[in-house]
Amino acid sequence: MAAWCPTLAIDRWRLGQDRPDPSAPLILIGETAHGPRITAVSPPARAAGAREGMLLADARALAPGLVVHPADPAGDHAFLETLALWVQRWGPWSALDAPDGLIVDVTGVAHLFGGEDALMVDARACFAARGLQVRLAIAPTAGAAWALAHHGPDRSALAEGVDPLDALRDLPVAALRLDDAVLLLLDRLGLKRIGDLAAIGRPALARRFRDRRAPAANPLVRLDQFAGRVPEPILPVIAAPVPTVLRRLIEPLRHRDLLDRVVADLALALARRLEAHGQGARRLDLTLWKVDGGVLRRALELAAPTRDAAHITRLFAHKLDDCDAGFGIEVVRLSAPWAEPLMLSQTDLEASAQQHGTSLAACIDRLTARLGAAAVAMPVPRASHLPERAQGWVTPDPTRAMQEELAFHARPLKLLDRAEPIAVIYEAPDGLPRLFRWRGAVHEIARAEGPERIAPEWWREKGGARLRDYYRIEDSSGRRYWIYRRGLPGDGRGGVPEWFLQGLCG
Amino acid sequence: MDRFAASVSFLPGTGRGTGKAGGGALPLQNAMRGAIPLHHPARASCRHTELFASADEASGAALALALARDAMDDPADHRPWLWVQDRAAIRLSGRPYRPGLPTGLRHRLIHVAAPRAEDALFALEEGLRCRDLAFVIGEVAGNPAALDFTASRRLSLAAERHGVPLWMVRLSARHDLGSARMRWDVAAAPSPSPRWNRDAPGDPRWRADLFRAHVFQPGQWIVGDDGERHSLAVFATDHGGVVPDAGDRSLAAGSGQA
Repeated sequence: MAAWCPTLAIDRWRLGQDRPDPSAPLILIGETAHGPRITAVSPPARAAGAREGMLLADARALAPGLVVHPADPAGDHAFLETLALWVQRWGPWSALDAPDGLIVDVTGVAHLFGGEDALMVDARACFAARGLQVRLAIAPTAGAAWALAHHGPDRSALAEGVDPLDALRDLPVAALRLDDAVLLLLDRLGLKRIGDLAAIGRPALARRFRDRRAPAANPLVRLDQFAGRVPEPILPVIAAPVPTVLRRLIEPLRHRDLLDRVVADLALALARRLEAHGQGARRLDLTLWKVDGGVLRRALELAAPTRDAAHITRLFAHKLDDCDAGFGIEVVRLSAPWAEPLMLSQTDLEASAQQHGTSLAACIDRLTARLGAAAVAMPVPRASHLPERAQGWVTPDPTRAMQEELAFHARPLKLLDRAEPIAVIYEAPDGLPRLFRWRGAVHEIARAEGPERIAPEWWREKGGARLRDYYRIEDSSGRRYWIYRRGLPGDGRGGVPEWFLQGLCG
Repeated sequence: MDRFAASVSFLPGTGRGTGKAGGGALPLQNAMRGAIPLHHPARASCRHTELFASADEASGAALALALARDAMDDPADHRPWLWVQDRAAIRLSGRPYRPGLPTGLRHRLIHVAAPRAEDALFALEEGLRCRDLAFVIGEVAGNPAALDFTASRRLSLAAERHGVPLWMVRLSARHDLGSARMRWDVAAAPSPSPRWNRDAPGDPRWRADLFRAHVFQPGQWIVGDDGERHSLAVFATDHGGVVPDAGDRSLAAGSGQA
């Protein structure tokens, strides 16, 4: 539902008066570089010849009896914001349509009021009770509702399922919420009605306005929004109450220590209220009303959002040193006009972790948060005979159920990520080497066990893969390794077999 | 490495031994206890141990594992354990290989591959603060700048505070400043011949040199796992309760006796 208050500024001004005269030719003016200019016109003034945008001097020349008052655009906007919250009585979401309109989402709510027409009658009565003129319209899309409210008959509703382009083809192109410059251009092109624009065809419009990104400057986007072909998200207005706590005191306070007690109570209550909203205060206002009518204000701003009551109390304690209670303080109020989101945190977690240690899940969480999920892993057996493939790494889970694993003869304690080639001296090419050189050092093989022959996995590897002969060896100084020879001499799958060191035994 | 036969080795030619050769293997704890004043309260407080070993052999990690198993109080302890390696350590000496780990430990391993030594220290400290871990093994290659005395002290304090033992393996590292309560030099020692295949490598043996200790007397032993008692077996080679030289003596041990 779109609601348009054509005379919002005038109505609001009249609401502020004790006894307004509806027949007075009232105009509101704003100061510009070229002198005062009219921003809002009441119907009697309009009848007398005044228009929006006219210089005040020109209007005075036309109608000397104009009643002139300054406009208050900021106040109008604030009023519109409160109005946007108020219209949520007809729908869960409402959005501002500055400067004088509102959009309410009434999808699926109309039956609560007895249908769309009854809803609009109710809304009109409520607006009238507030002294506001309003034009209402309901349509399937926000664009169509806006167009109907501004340019269609009052209180008209477009039923669900009706194509707005077809039903509202006679509305002027201004109903598409376009910029003045674009409207002027369309006017010069002779496109006056929405139906004219829709009849042209998309390619021509897209080509003509291809460099216009803003929806208000691109008639094609507005047409699509009007017809509901592209979504048009509306930014809803949501009430954000300022967290405020207040204490009325039976006996006026005259002493500092009692005031400190009250401030500490208020800080605790405010912290609880902020916590309920998941917020922390950035600015705090403490207001003290005195019995003799004086008001004391103390404000402070914080570097980071906080809701630590003790911290707040301590900060205000410095601020209250110079306050003069006079005959006593009867009301104390603490509010946080500026609050920022502050997630609920368990501040005691760290302390308890210091005391009792963390759980395994918390430990793994911390490790993965810093090092990445792949860095923390747990080895699991996999069904393979190839040593490097016989173990996989998974996310740690000590309760993980293990299946039967392959029982190997003897395996090294550690396995290199890549088996390192070693230079060997051997007596026979298919036998065990006597010496090998690895990482620049020569190892003399003192004892060995093997070979343990591990054939390639033909279902995974190509046919040319060579088998491996593994040896468990110990060199002359006692170091134990796991080495293998890849291939056999004369197996027809490559040249001379190469030797690799793959594992380090304990 | 999961079948350790009962055995004892001599370190040949190193003078007076206090252990017995032949049949009876002397448990490492007994061998070391000889050097500690019995009334000393802090035998169990050695939660931080450093083992210096070459990166070209797995002796450091193997002895660390054996010591960790030896020091575990409760045989029914089924908590997981943590093995932290930095990238250099992985590149030099490889990753733990599950089929080669001791049977009781292999399904409980949680491995952390830290990209840098700083991250490895972070992971170690987090592991030490976790009450659900049986012990923590760290493996850091070289002498990274991050692993200074302060970092070492942090680890010691965390280990003692939370009672989780830390076995720190230093691969190819200098003996720099550190606050570990026990510091070992580890190298592989020739293994005994197995009974059935005399040419095969036998059960692992390590030449362990305890060169600095808080409450123990420094000493050198040949250490191996004792399959019968499931504990480390040792033959003490020297320093049977005798302090040979003041400069050779652990400062902490001296203050503990005072």
